[in-house]
Amino acid sequence: MRGNEPMKRVYVNEEWCLACHLCEYNCAFANSGVSDMVLALKGKSIYPRIHVEGDERISYAVSCRHCTDPVCVRSCIAGAISKDGGVVRIDRERCVGCLTCVLVCPYGALAPGEDGVMQKCELCLKNACGEPACVKGCPNRAIVYEEREEAL
Amino acid sequence: MKNYVIVGNGIAAAGCIEGIRSLDRESPITVVSEEKRDVYCRPLISYYLEGKTDLTRMRYRSESFYRDMGCRVLYGRTAVSAEPEKSRIVLGDGTVLPYSDLCVATGSTPFVPPFEGLETVGNVFSFMTLDDALALEEALFPDSRVLIVGAGLIGLKCAEGILERVKSVTVCDLADRILSSILDSECAALMQKHLEAHGIRFLLNDSAVRFAGDTAWMKSGAEEKFDILVLAVGVRPNVSIVRDAGGEIGRGIRVDTEMHTSIPHVFAAGDCTESFDASSGQNRVMAILPNAYMQGHAAGVNMAGGSERLDSMIPMNSIGFFGLHAMTAGSYEGETEEEKTDGSIHRLFVKDGYLKGFILIGCSDRAGIYTSLIRDRIPLESLDFEMLKKAATTAAFPADIRRKKFGGIV
Repeated sequence: MRGNEPMKRVYVNEEWCLACHLCEYNCAFANSGVSDMVLALKGKSIYPRIHVEGDERISYAVSCRHCTDPVCVRSCIAGAISKDGGVVRIDRERCVGCLTCVLVCPYGALAPGEDGVMQKCELCLKNACGEPACVKGCPNRAIVYEEREEAL
Repeated sequence: MKNYVIVGNGIAAAGCIEGIRSLDRESPITVVSEEKRDVYCRPLISYYLEGKTDLTRMRYRSESFYRDMGCRVLYGRTAVSAEPEKSRIVLGDGTVLPYSDLCVATGSTPFVPPFEGLETVGNVFSFMTLDDALALEEALFPDSRVLIVGAGLIGLKCAEGILERVKSVTVCDLADRILSSILDSECAALMQKHLEAHGIRFLLNDSAVRFAGDTAWMKSGAEEKFDILVLAVGVRPNVSIVRDAGGEIGRGIRVDTEMHTSIPHVFAAGDCTESFDASSGQNRVMAILPNAYMQGHAAGVNMAGGSERLDSMIPMNSIGFFGLHAMTAGSYEGETEEEKTDGSIHRLFVKDGYLKGFILIGCSDRAGIYTSLIRDRIPLESLDFEMLKKAATTAAFPADIRRKKFGGIV
């Protein structure tokens, strides 16, 4: 089950990131279930599954690393997080919002949604976008979606 | 071919099964389950009473889990002793189960102090298992006055879970503060204020000493009327199987970082154990679900002849009440670094150049970055600690380490 599982993941190039936060908006829109971006986001607080971190010197976008051996999966008190086909997913019906996954994720990649229930990057594979919206919309190609040799 | 036996059917047992099966798909696994239930998410029993989950969603694994994993489960049975020299255990009904490798994952049991007159109380409950929660639910009425003895994690989650379903909830504790095992006075006071604002009443520095029917007499002499009594004083690890077989016991069953007990071919995992705490360097009982799963998994892998070591386990908790979250981890040793606002406390504990622990209330964003600094014993001098004092961020890591962490750059 664990071990070799070549798959595409989202990677960032922090030297190209402009901290424009467009990825956050594209993420929130892709996961909104609404087909019009204005209707989906205008005047609302957004709860994206990717966020830009950094300071005036450097910036980069952080989203789930879909770890080979995900500590969130092992730690979830509701059994709501699982890994399937290389993608770490959360069953929002089962999550009770205890935030244990936030307590254990070493990347700081998880944050709850507006309703207090956890949500996370699932690579847009199951929403209307079909591929990571953050990557598709990044104006400077600072976020890429590709397969790399590495073990997280 | 091996012959695995697991005593217990909680989260550590589930981890053990999955650990074994990651290496050995063939050998039989027998699970001795005292509860007549499949593995479920015990920490969710308060969420169940609160209506935030239900019995189906509380399953920890799918209905076909044991079948898929090739396990035989003996429901409603208890193991009473182990005979390691004969590589077998004996169940309460006399059944003898031989094993090649045994995992003791027996959890813990609520501790009930010898209260005078407790036998005169009609509605008295523990709050540990799903059956406890279901029995308590049967007794709840909108006009019930509930007295909870114990202001720890279990008592307070119970209080939150039932508050909307009863007339009043009062929590008493001998300690001078709530959540005394994980919070200091100032942090506890912040959380207590929040709980009181939601309607929970506290009697601290005081506890029930004597009962008669619907009345509790407190240590202070005060009288407290109630309809339902919940005892959440504490829990004790279930160690007897290993202790009686001559295994080493501290406050729990002693295990090393590979989950071996002191008896060959006998492993232990979960709430019944005490194990190495990487934040303090001492052995501790770290009875939390993530550790139970990871210990069970490591035990399973090692039982199956593989190698999995857990040398970065620490105590930690993420617990929220009515929307205010407290996250704690590690040991509260050394100097403190803190940032406070009206409704939040952000406190880090630093010793000898390492992050040793933290308490975060109302400001838990990306807390796992701090957790990883404790677990992996990262020297703070290698990071921008000034930045980290304010908030958890990987931006405080040196660029090369951060890039490696996130998978390298193009």
